[in-house]
Amino acid sequence: MRVIVDRLSKTYRDRGGQDLAALEEIALTVEPEEFVAVLGPSGCGKSTLLGIMAGLLPATSGQVFFEGERRDGQPLTATVFQEFALFPWRTVRGNVEFGLEELEAAPAERKERVARFIAMTGLEGFEAKFPHQLSGGMRQRVGIARALAVDPAVLLMDEPFSALDAQTRTLMMEELLGIWERTRTSIVYVTHNIQEAVYMADRVVVLSRRPGRVIDVVPVELKRPRHEGQMGEPAFVHAAERIWGLIKTQAQAALREGRA
Amino acid sequence: MSGPSRVAVQDRAAFLRRPEHRLLRVAALAGLLVLWEALTRVGWIPALFLPSPVGVLRELGEMAVSGQLFVHVGASLRRLVLGFAAGAAAGVAVGVLTGFFARAEAVGQPLIAATFPIPKIALLPLLILWLGIGEPSKVAVIALGVFFPMAINTYAGVREADPLLVRAAVAFGAGRWSVIRKVILPSALPMIFAGLKLGAGTALLLLVAAEMIAAESGIGFLVLHAGNIMDTTKLMVGIVVLSLLGLLSHWALARCERLAVPWRFT
Repeated sequence: MRVIVDRLSKTYRDRGGQDLAALEEIALTVEPEEFVAVLGPSGCGKSTLLGIMAGLLPATSGQVFFEGERRDGQPLTATVFQEFALFPWRTVRGNVEFGLEELEAAPAERKERVARFIAMTGLEGFEAKFPHQLSGGMRQRVGIARALAVDPAVLLMDEPFSALDAQTRTLMMEELLGIWERTRTSIVYVTHNIQEAVYMADRVVVLSRRPGRVIDVVPVELKRPRHEGQMGEPAFVHAAERIWGLIKTQAQAALREGRA
Repeated sequence: MSGPSRVAVQDRAAFLRRPEHRLLRVAALAGLLVLWEALTRVGWIPALFLPSPVGVLRELGEMAVSGQLFVHVGASLRRLVLGFAAGAAAGVAVGVLTGFFARAEAVGQPLIAATFPIPKIALLPLLILWLGIGEPSKVAVIALGVFFPMAINTYAGVREADPLLVRAAVAFGAGRWSVIRKVILPSALPMIFAGLKLGAGTALLLLVAAEMIAAESGIGFLVLHAGNIMDTTKLMVGIVVLSLLGLLSHWALARCERLAVPWRFT
Protein backbone atom coordinates (compact mmCIF):
# COMPACT_ATOMS: atom_id res chain seq x y z
CA MET A 1 0.00 0.00 0.00
CA ARG A 2 1.03 3.58 -0.56
CA VAL A 3 1.14 5.89 2.46
CA ILE A 4 0.30 9.52 2.02
CA VAL A 5 1.06 11.95 4.80
CA ASP A 6 -1.01 14.99 3.95
CA ARG A 7 -0.04 18.34 5.48
CA LEU A 8 0.25 16.89 8.93
CA SER A 9 0.70 19.22 11.89
CA LYS A 10 0.91 18.45 15.55
CA THR A 11 0.81 20.96 18.38
CA TYR A 12 1.22 19.92 21.99
CA ARG A 13 -0.17 22.01 24.79
CA ASP A 14 2.00 21.95 27.88
CA ARG A 15 0.73 22.26 31.45
CA GLY A 16 1.05 26.01 31.46
CA GLY A 17 -1.31 26.15 28.50
CA GLN A 18 1.54 27.04 26.13
CA ASP A 19 1.30 25.64 22.61
CA LEU A 20 4.34 23.84 21.35
CA ALA A 21 4.47 23.01 17.64
CA ALA A 22 6.08 19.61 17.08
CA LEU A 23 5.30 19.05 13.41
CA GLU A 24 4.35 21.55 10.75
CA GLU A 25 2.71 20.71 7.45
CA ILE A 26 4.53 17.42 6.91
CA ALA A 27 3.84 16.03 3.46
CA LEU A 28 5.40 12.83 2.20
CA THR A 29 4.54 9.68 0.31
CA VAL A 30 5.88 6.20 0.87
CA GLU A 31 5.56 3.94 -2.15
CA PRO A 32 4.92 0.20 -1.87
CA GLU A 33 8.13 -1.74 -1.14
CA GLU A 34 9.99 1.46 -0.47
CA PHE A 35 12.47 2.04 2.36
CA VAL A 36 12.18 5.63 3.55
CA ALA A 37 14.30 7.11 6.31
CA VAL A 38 13.09 10.10 8.28
CA LEU A 39 16.05 11.97 9.64
CA GLY A 40 16.33 15.01 11.84
CA PRO A 41 18.05 16.46 14.88
CA SER A 42 16.82 15.47 18.31
CA GLY A 43 13.50 17.00 19.20
CA CYS A 44 12.31 17.44 15.64
CA GLY A 45 9.16 15.43 16.15
CA LYS A 46 10.28 12.28 14.31
CA SER A 47 8.76 9.98 16.88
CA THR A 48 5.58 12.06 16.97
CA LEU A 49 5.27 11.56 13.22
CA LEU A 50 5.55 7.79 13.61
CA GLY A 51 3.09 7.83 16.49
CA ILE A 52 0.50 9.60 14.36
CA MET A 53 1.10 7.22 11.43
CA ALA A 54 0.60 4.29 13.81
CA GLY A 55 -2.65 5.73 15.12
CA LEU A 56 -1.27 6.12 18.61
CA LEU A 57 -1.48 9.92 18.67
CA PRO A 58 -4.07 12.32 17.26
CA ALA A 59 -2.90 14.85 14.68
CA THR A 60 -3.77 18.50 15.20
CA SER A 61 -4.42 18.98 11.51
CA GLY A 62 -3.83 17.07 8.30
CA GLN A 63 -4.21 13.33 7.79
CA VAL A 64 -2.48 10.09 6.99
CA PHE A 65 -3.93 7.89 4.24
CA PHE A 66 -3.18 4.39 3.13
CA GLU A 67 -4.27 3.52 -0.38
CA GLY A 68 -4.02 0.48 -2.59
CA GLU A 69 -4.63 -3.24 -2.26
CA ARG A 70 -5.03 -4.40 1.30
CA ARG A 71 -4.92 -8.08 2.12
CA ASP A 72 -7.65 -9.55 4.32
CA GLY A 73 -7.06 -8.64 7.95
CA GLN A 74 -3.80 -6.90 7.15
CA PRO A 75 -2.98 -4.21 9.69
CA LEU A 76 -1.91 -0.87 8.26
CA THR A 77 1.14 -0.54 10.43
CA ALA A 78 3.29 -2.36 12.93
CA THR A 79 5.87 -0.57 15.04
CA VAL A 80 9.37 -1.46 16.17
CA PHE A 81 10.19 0.61 19.25
CA GLN A 82 13.48 2.18 20.26
CA GLU A 83 13.27 0.68 23.76
CA PHE A 84 12.07 -2.66 22.29
CA ALA A 85 8.83 -2.59 24.35
CA LEU A 86 8.73 -6.38 24.68
CA PHE A 87 6.33 -7.89 27.18
CA PRO A 88 8.57 -9.16 30.00
CA TRP A 89 6.03 -11.84 31.02
CA ARG A 90 5.98 -13.37 27.57
CA THR A 91 8.62 -15.60 26.10
CA VAL A 92 10.17 -14.83 22.74
CA ARG A 93 7.48 -16.96 21.11
CA GLY A 94 4.72 -15.26 23.10
CA ASN A 95 5.97 -11.81 22.13
CA VAL A 96 6.16 -12.65 18.44
CA GLU A 97 2.67 -14.12 18.66
CA PHE A 98 1.11 -11.09 20.35
CA GLY A 99 -0.05 -9.23 17.26
CA LEU A 100 -1.38 -12.43 15.68
CA GLU A 101 -3.51 -13.07 18.76
CA GLU A 102 -5.02 -9.62 18.45
CA LEU A 103 -5.67 -10.23 14.75
CA GLU A 104 -7.38 -13.47 15.78
CA ALA A 105 -5.36 -15.43 13.27
CA ALA A 106 -6.13 -19.15 13.01
CA PRO A 107 -3.92 -21.28 15.30
CA ALA A 108 -2.22 -23.09 12.44
CA GLU A 109 -1.40 -19.85 10.67
CA ARG A 110 -0.23 -18.30 13.91
CA LYS A 111 2.14 -21.15 14.51
CA GLU A 112 3.47 -21.08 10.98
CA ARG A 113 4.07 -17.33 10.99
CA VAL A 114 5.68 -17.31 14.42
CA ALA A 115 8.06 -20.08 13.32
CA ARG A 116 8.82 -18.32 10.02
CA PHE A 117 9.71 -14.96 11.55
CA ILE A 118 11.59 -16.46 14.45
CA ALA A 119 13.72 -18.26 11.87
CA MET A 120 14.07 -15.15 9.70
CA THR A 121 15.31 -13.03 12.60
CA GLY A 122 17.74 -15.68 13.81
CA LEU A 123 15.91 -16.40 17.07
CA GLU A 124 15.73 -20.17 16.70
CA GLY A 125 16.60 -21.89 19.95
CA PHE A 126 15.52 -18.85 21.98
CA GLU A 127 11.76 -19.36 21.67
CA ALA A 128 11.24 -20.17 25.35
CA LYS A 129 13.49 -17.43 26.74
CA PHE A 130 12.14 -14.34 28.45
CA PRO A 131 13.27 -10.92 27.15
CA HIS A 132 15.47 -10.18 30.17
CA GLN A 133 17.49 -13.30 29.36
CA LEU A 134 18.46 -11.86 25.96
CA SER A 135 21.03 -9.29 24.83
CA GLY A 136 19.88 -5.97 23.41
CA GLY A 137 20.43 -7.12 19.83
CA MET A 138 18.42 -10.29 20.39
CA ARG A 139 15.63 -8.31 22.02
CA GLN A 140 15.28 -6.03 19.06
CA ARG A 141 15.20 -9.09 16.81
CA VAL A 142 12.14 -10.12 18.77
CA GLY A 143 10.72 -6.63 18.26
CA ILE A 144 11.25 -6.93 14.51
CA ALA A 145 9.82 -10.46 14.35
CA ARG A 146 6.75 -9.37 16.33
CA ALA A 147 6.16 -6.53 13.88
CA LEU A 148 6.76 -8.52 10.71
CA ALA A 149 4.62 -11.43 11.89
CA VAL A 150 1.42 -9.41 11.49
CA ASP A 151 2.39 -8.63 7.87
CA PRO A 152 1.73 -4.88 8.09
CA ALA A 153 1.25 -2.69 5.02
CA VAL A 154 4.02 -0.48 6.40
CA LEU A 155 6.64 -1.22 9.03
CA LEU A 156 7.34 1.77 11.29
CA MET A 157 10.72 1.77 12.99
CA ASP A 158 11.48 4.34 15.68
CA GLU A 159 15.27 4.53 16.06
CA PRO A 160 15.23 0.76 16.45
CA PHE A 161 18.96 0.31 16.91
CA SER A 162 19.93 3.44 18.83
CA ALA A 163 19.87 1.60 22.17
CA LEU A 164 22.42 -0.92 20.91
CA ASP A 165 26.20 -0.72 20.94
CA ALA A 166 27.95 0.32 17.72
CA GLN A 167 29.02 -3.16 16.56
CA THR A 168 25.64 -4.73 17.22
CA ARG A 169 23.97 -1.82 15.47
CA THR A 170 26.02 -2.33 12.30
CA LEU A 171 25.21 -6.04 12.25
CA MET A 172 21.52 -5.42 12.86
CA MET A 173 21.38 -2.90 10.01
CA GLU A 174 22.74 -5.54 7.65
CA GLU A 175 20.27 -8.08 8.95
CA LEU A 176 17.36 -5.71 8.59
CA LEU A 177 18.33 -5.04 4.99
CA GLY A 178 18.52 -8.79 4.38
CA ILE A 179 15.06 -9.28 5.86
CA TRP A 180 13.68 -6.37 3.90
CA GLU A 181 15.09 -7.80 0.63
CA ARG A 182 13.04 -10.91 1.35
CA THR A 183 9.78 -9.43 2.65
CA ARG A 184 9.75 -6.12 0.75
CA THR A 185 7.47 -4.59 3.35
CA SER A 186 7.69 -0.83 3.02
CA ILE A 187 9.55 0.73 5.92
CA VAL A 188 9.51 4.16 7.49
CA TYR A 189 12.72 4.30 9.49
CA VAL A 190 13.22 7.14 11.93
CA THR A 191 16.78 7.94 12.90
CA HIS A 192 19.15 10.76 13.74
CA ASN A 193 22.10 8.87 12.28
CA ILE A 194 23.02 9.96 8.74
CA GLN A 195 25.14 6.87 7.90
CA GLU A 196 22.32 4.61 8.98
CA ALA A 197 19.75 6.49 6.91
CA VAL A 198 21.85 6.62 3.73
CA TYR A 199 23.04 3.02 4.04
CA MET A 200 19.55 1.59 4.22
CA ALA A 201 17.02 3.93 2.64
CA ASP A 202 15.86 4.59 -0.90
CA ARG A 203 15.04 8.15 0.10
CA VAL A 204 15.93 10.19 3.15
CA VAL A 205 13.36 12.71 4.33
CA VAL A 206 15.22 15.43 6.22
CA LEU A 207 13.30 17.25 8.91
CA SER A 208 14.15 20.60 10.47
CA ARG A 209 14.32 20.99 14.19
CA ARG A 210 11.23 21.92 16.15
CA PRO A 211 8.77 22.48 14.73
CA GLY A 212 9.62 19.65 12.32
CA ARG A 213 9.21 20.56 8.68
CA VAL A 214 10.42 18.65 5.64
CA ILE A 215 13.55 20.53 4.49
CA ASP A 216 14.42 18.18 1.68
CA VAL A 217 14.06 14.64 0.39
CA VAL A 218 17.39 13.14 -0.62
CA PRO A 219 17.33 10.12 -2.94
CA VAL A 220 20.08 7.54 -2.40
CA GLU A 221 21.41 6.12 -5.65
CA LEU A 222 23.07 3.01 -4.28
CA LYS A 223 22.57 -0.42 -5.82
CA ARG A 224 20.74 -3.12 -3.95
CA PRO A 225 21.32 -5.47 -2.30
CA ARG A 226 23.50 -3.17 -0.27
CA HIS A 227 26.60 -4.03 1.67
CA GLU A 228 28.98 -2.24 3.98
CA GLY A 229 31.58 -1.72 1.25
CA GLN A 230 29.30 0.81 -0.43
CA MET A 231 29.83 3.26 2.42
CA GLY A 232 32.95 4.52 0.60
CA GLU A 233 31.24 4.98 -2.78
CA PRO A 234 30.80 8.51 -4.15
CA ALA A 235 26.99 8.16 -4.18
CA PHE A 236 27.03 7.34 -0.47
CA VAL A 237 29.45 10.12 0.46
CA HIS A 238 27.59 12.60 -1.70
CA ALA A 239 24.22 11.85 -0.12
CA ALA A 240 25.65 11.86 3.40
CA GLU A 241 27.38 15.21 2.84
CA ARG A 242 24.31 16.74 1.34
CA ILE A 243 22.22 15.69 4.35
CA TRP A 244 24.85 16.91 6.80
CA GLY A 245 24.87 20.26 4.95
CA LEU A 246 21.12 20.51 5.43
CA ILE A 247 21.16 19.54 9.06
CA LYS A 248 24.37 21.13 10.33
CA THR A 249 23.00 24.63 10.88
CA GLN A 250 19.96 23.15 12.58
CA ALA A 251 22.09 21.05 14.89
CA GLN A 252 24.36 23.98 15.69
CA ALA A 253 21.40 26.17 16.55
CA ALA A 254 20.04 23.44 18.82
CA LEU A 255 23.42 23.11 20.50
CA ARG A 256 23.62 26.83 21.14
CA GLU A 257 20.17 26.80 22.68
CA GLY A 258 21.32 23.97 24.90
CA ARG A 259 18.52 21.74 23.70
CA ALA A 260 20.55 19.11 21.87
CA MET B 1 63.79 7.71 52.78
CA SER B 2 62.81 4.11 52.33
CA GLY B 3 64.22 2.01 49.55
CA PRO B 4 62.35 0.01 46.91
CA SER B 5 59.80 -2.38 48.40
CA ARG B 6 57.03 -4.75 47.36
CA VAL B 7 53.58 -4.65 48.96
CA ALA B 8 50.90 -7.23 48.29
CA VAL B 9 47.36 -5.87 47.91
CA GLN B 10 45.03 -7.11 50.64
CA ASP B 11 41.31 -7.70 50.29
CA ARG B 12 40.07 -4.85 52.41
CA ALA B 13 36.37 -5.45 51.75
CA ALA B 14 36.38 -8.92 53.31
CA PHE B 15 34.40 -7.79 56.36
CA LEU B 16 31.59 -6.54 54.12
CA ARG B 17 30.77 -9.99 52.81
CA ARG B 18 27.68 -11.64 54.28
CA PRO B 19 27.83 -15.44 54.13
CA GLU B 20 24.61 -17.35 54.77
CA HIS B 21 25.55 -19.16 58.02
CA ARG B 22 22.95 -21.87 57.56
CA LEU B 23 23.95 -23.83 60.61
CA LEU B 24 23.63 -20.76 62.80
CA ARG B 25 20.09 -20.23 61.59
CA VAL B 26 19.02 -23.71 62.64
CA ALA B 27 21.01 -23.48 65.87
CA ALA B 28 19.31 -20.22 66.90
CA LEU B 29 15.85 -21.75 66.60
CA ALA B 30 16.84 -25.02 68.26
CA GLY B 31 18.67 -23.12 70.99
CA LEU B 32 15.57 -21.12 71.87
CA LEU B 33 13.51 -24.32 72.20
CA VAL B 34 16.16 -26.04 74.28
CA LEU B 35 16.49 -23.01 76.57
CA TRP B 36 12.71 -22.84 76.95
CA GLU B 37 12.47 -26.55 77.75
CA ALA B 38 15.38 -26.27 80.22
CA LEU B 39 13.79 -23.31 82.00
CA THR B 40 10.53 -25.19 82.52
CA ARG B 41 12.31 -28.42 83.60
CA VAL B 42 14.36 -26.64 86.24
CA GLY B 43 11.08 -25.36 87.59
CA TRP B 44 12.00 -21.68 87.75
CA ILE B 45 8.87 -20.85 85.81
CA PRO B 46 5.64 -22.60 86.78
CA ALA B 47 3.87 -24.49 83.98
CA LEU B 48 0.81 -22.32 84.49
CA PHE B 49 2.71 -19.35 83.08
CA LEU B 50 4.92 -21.13 80.59
CA PRO B 51 4.28 -24.77 79.66
CA SER B 52 7.20 -26.72 78.28
CA PRO B 53 7.64 -27.22 74.51
CA VAL B 54 7.46 -30.97 74.98
CA GLY B 55 4.22 -30.59 76.92
CA VAL B 56 2.74 -28.39 74.21
CA LEU B 57 3.75 -30.97 71.59
CA ARG B 58 2.18 -33.78 73.62
CA GLU B 59 -1.06 -31.81 74.02
CA LEU B 60 -1.04 -31.11 70.27
CA GLY B 61 -0.75 -34.84 69.63
CA GLU B 62 -3.59 -35.67 72.03
CA MET B 63 -5.85 -33.05 70.48
CA ALA B 64 -5.07 -34.44 67.04
CA VAL B 65 -5.92 -37.97 68.13
CA SER B 66 -9.17 -36.91 69.76
CA GLY B 67 -10.06 -34.95 66.63
CA GLN B 68 -10.66 -31.78 68.66
CA LEU B 69 -7.80 -30.05 66.89
CA PHE B 70 -9.25 -30.61 63.44
CA VAL B 71 -12.66 -29.32 64.43
CA HIS B 72 -11.12 -26.01 65.41
CA VAL B 73 -8.58 -25.82 62.59
CA GLY B 74 -11.26 -26.82 60.08
CA ALA B 75 -13.69 -24.15 61.27
CA SER B 76 -10.95 -21.51 61.19
CA LEU B 77 -9.62 -22.54 57.79
CA ARG B 78 -13.09 -22.40 56.27
CA ARG B 79 -13.61 -18.82 57.46
CA LEU B 80 -10.10 -17.84 56.47
CA VAL B 81 -10.24 -19.25 52.96
CA LEU B 82 -13.73 -17.96 52.19
CA GLY B 83 -13.04 -14.50 53.55
CA PHE B 84 -9.62 -14.27 51.96
CA ALA B 85 -10.85 -15.39 48.54
CA ALA B 86 -13.84 -13.04 48.55
CA GLY B 87 -11.81 -10.07 49.78
CA ALA B 88 -8.92 -10.69 47.40
CA ALA B 89 -11.18 -11.13 44.36
CA ALA B 90 -13.14 -7.97 45.13
CA GLY B 91 -9.95 -6.07 45.90
CA VAL B 92 -8.26 -7.01 42.63
CA ALA B 93 -11.40 -6.15 40.65
CA VAL B 94 -11.79 -2.75 42.31
CA GLY B 95 -8.05 -2.07 42.06
CA VAL B 96 -7.99 -2.80 38.33
CA LEU B 97 -11.11 -0.75 37.64
CA THR B 98 -10.00 2.28 39.66
CA GLY B 99 -6.48 2.02 38.28
CA PHE B 100 -7.53 1.82 34.65
CA PHE B 101 -10.76 3.78 34.24
CA ALA B 102 -10.60 7.45 35.18
CA ARG B 103 -14.30 7.52 36.07
CA ALA B 104 -14.02 4.50 38.37
CA GLU B 105 -11.02 6.16 39.99
CA ALA B 106 -12.99 9.37 40.61
CA VAL B 107 -15.78 7.39 42.28
CA GLY B 108 -13.72 4.75 44.05
CA GLN B 109 -10.69 6.63 45.38
CA PRO B 110 -12.48 8.90 47.86
CA LEU B 111 -14.68 6.04 49.06
CA ILE B 112 -11.68 3.81 49.69
CA ALA B 113 -9.73 6.63 51.33
CA ALA B 114 -12.65 7.33 53.65
CA THR B 115 -13.32 3.73 54.71
CA PHE B 116 -9.79 2.32 54.71
CA PRO B 117 -8.71 3.78 58.10
CA ILE B 118 -11.60 2.13 59.99
CA PRO B 119 -10.23 -0.74 62.10
CA LYS B 120 -12.19 -3.58 60.55
CA ILE B 121 -12.79 -5.38 63.82
CA ALA B 122 -14.86 -2.39 64.94
CA LEU B 123 -17.29 -3.30 62.19
CA LEU B 124 -17.88 -6.80 63.53
CA PRO B 125 -20.80 -5.84 65.80
CA LEU B 126 -22.44 -4.09 62.86
CA LEU B 127 -21.80 -7.07 60.62
CA ILE B 128 -23.30 -9.36 63.26
CA LEU B 129 -26.38 -7.14 63.34
CA TRP B 130 -26.66 -7.31 59.58
CA LEU B 131 -25.61 -10.88 58.88
CA GLY B 132 -26.32 -12.66 62.15
CA ILE B 133 -24.00 -14.25 64.67
CA GLY B 134 -23.13 -17.18 62.39
CA GLU B 135 -20.43 -17.69 59.79
CA PRO B 136 -21.28 -14.90 57.31
CA SER B 137 -20.33 -12.08 59.69
CA LYS B 138 -16.92 -13.63 60.42
CA VAL B 139 -16.23 -14.31 56.75
CA ALA B 140 -17.32 -10.76 55.95
CA VAL B 141 -15.00 -9.10 58.45
CA ILE B 142 -12.04 -11.11 57.08
CA ALA B 143 -13.06 -10.25 53.52
CA LEU B 144 -13.19 -6.55 54.44
CA GLY B 145 -9.76 -6.74 56.01
CA VAL B 146 -8.27 -8.36 52.91
CA PHE B 147 -10.16 -6.14 50.48
CA PHE B 148 -8.39 -2.89 51.34
CA PRO B 149 -4.73 -3.91 51.02
CA MET B 150 -5.66 -5.80 47.85
CA ALA B 151 -7.52 -2.89 46.27
CA ILE B 152 -4.80 -0.40 47.21
CA ASN B 153 -1.92 -2.61 46.07
CA THR B 154 -3.61 -3.62 42.84
CA TYR B 155 -4.38 0.01 42.09
CA ALA B 156 -0.73 0.93 42.62
CA GLY B 157 0.37 -1.99 40.44
CA VAL B 158 -1.97 -0.95 37.64
CA ARG B 159 -0.78 2.65 37.80
CA GLU B 160 2.81 1.44 37.61
CA ALA B 161 2.26 -0.47 34.38
CA ASP B 162 4.77 0.75 31.79
CA PRO B 163 2.94 3.14 29.41
CA LEU B 164 5.32 2.07 26.65
CA LEU B 165 4.08 -1.52 26.91
CA VAL B 166 0.49 -0.34 26.85
CA ARG B 167 1.25 1.67 23.71
CA ALA B 168 2.98 -1.32 22.17
CA ALA B 169 -0.06 -3.50 22.85
CA VAL B 170 -2.36 -0.91 21.28
CA ALA B 171 0.02 -0.58 18.32
CA PHE B 172 -0.49 -4.31 17.76
CA GLY B 173 -4.24 -4.03 17.78
CA ALA B 174 -5.13 -4.59 21.44
CA GLY B 175 -8.36 -3.04 22.67
CA ARG B 176 -9.30 -2.01 26.20
CA TRP B 177 -9.94 -5.48 27.64
CA SER B 178 -7.03 -7.02 25.86
CA VAL B 179 -4.76 -4.34 27.32
CA ILE B 180 -6.12 -5.02 30.80
CA ARG B 181 -5.76 -8.78 30.49
CA LYS B 182 -2.43 -8.95 28.67
CA VAL B 183 -0.54 -5.90 29.92
CA ILE B 184 -2.11 -4.33 33.00
CA LEU B 185 -2.76 -7.52 34.97
CA PRO B 186 0.66 -9.12 34.40
CA SER B 187 2.30 -5.77 35.24
CA ALA B 188 0.35 -5.59 38.47
CA LEU B 189 0.95 -9.22 39.50
CA PRO B 190 3.99 -8.56 41.71
CA MET B 191 2.06 -5.84 43.56
CA ILE B 192 -0.99 -8.12 43.75
CA PHE B 193 1.11 -10.79 45.41
CA ALA B 194 2.56 -8.26 47.84
CA GLY B 195 -1.05 -7.38 48.68
CA LEU B 196 -1.97 -11.04 49.13
CA LYS B 197 0.84 -11.53 51.62
CA LEU B 198 -0.18 -8.40 53.49
CA GLY B 199 -3.81 -9.51 53.38
CA ALA B 200 -2.96 -12.96 54.70
CA GLY B 201 -1.57 -11.41 57.88
CA THR B 202 -4.61 -9.18 58.30
CA ALA B 203 -6.92 -12.13 57.67
CA LEU B 204 -5.34 -14.19 60.42
CA LEU B 205 -5.56 -11.29 62.85
CA LEU B 206 -9.23 -10.67 62.12
CA LEU B 207 -10.01 -14.38 62.20
CA VAL B 208 -8.73 -14.73 65.75
CA ALA B 209 -10.37 -11.50 66.88
CA ALA B 210 -13.72 -12.50 65.40
CA GLU B 211 -13.52 -15.98 66.90
CA MET B 212 -12.72 -14.52 70.28
CA ILE B 213 -15.71 -12.23 70.14
CA ALA B 214 -18.38 -14.53 68.82
CA ALA B 215 -17.69 -18.17 68.12
CA GLU B 216 -18.10 -21.66 69.51
CA SER B 217 -15.28 -23.11 67.43
CA GLY B 218 -12.05 -22.10 65.77
CA ILE B 219 -8.55 -21.48 66.99
CA GLY B 220 -9.37 -18.04 68.34
CA PHE B 221 -12.12 -19.58 70.43
CA LEU B 222 -9.73 -22.34 71.54
CA VAL B 223 -7.12 -19.84 72.71
CA LEU B 224 -9.61 -17.65 74.57
CA HIS B 225 -11.40 -20.59 76.15
CA ALA B 226 -8.15 -22.24 77.26
CA GLY B 227 -7.07 -18.94 78.80
CA ASN B 228 -10.32 -18.65 80.71
CA ILE B 229 -9.89 -22.06 82.29
CA MET B 230 -6.15 -21.46 82.77
CA ASP B 231 -5.19 -24.39 80.53
CA THR B 232 -1.98 -22.71 79.38
CA THR B 233 -0.75 -25.75 77.47
CA LYS B 234 -3.86 -25.80 75.29
CA LEU B 235 -3.55 -22.06 74.87
CA MET B 236 -0.01 -22.51 73.60
CA VAL B 237 -1.19 -25.22 71.20
CA GLY B 238 -3.56 -22.65 69.71
CA ILE B 239 -0.76 -20.12 69.36
CA VAL B 240 1.56 -22.68 67.74
CA VAL B 241 -1.17 -23.67 65.28
CA LEU B 242 -1.75 -20.00 64.44
CA SER B 243 1.91 -19.42 63.81
CA LEU B 244 2.02 -22.51 61.61
CA LEU B 245 -1.01 -21.21 59.70
CA GLY B 246 0.77 -17.92 59.15
CA LEU B 247 3.94 -19.61 57.96
CA LEU B 248 2.02 -21.97 55.73
CA SER B 249 0.00 -19.24 54.04
CA HIS B 250 3.12 -17.18 53.41
CA TRP B 251 4.92 -20.18 51.96
CA ALA B 252 1.96 -21.13 49.78
CA LEU B 253 1.66 -17.57 48.44
CA ALA B 254 5.38 -17.45 47.68
CA ARG B 255 5.02 -20.72 45.75
CA CYS B 256 2.04 -19.38 43.82
CA GLU B 257 3.98 -16.21 43.03
CA ARG B 258 6.81 -18.22 41.53
CA LEU B 259 4.33 -20.02 39.32
CA ALA B 260 2.40 -16.91 38.33
CA VAL B 261 5.36 -14.55 37.81
CA PRO B 262 7.96 -16.83 36.24
CA TRP B 263 9.71 -14.00 34.36
CA ARG B 264 10.87 -12.57 37.67
CA PHE B 265 12.52 -15.74 38.85
CA THR B 266 14.32 -17.02 35.76
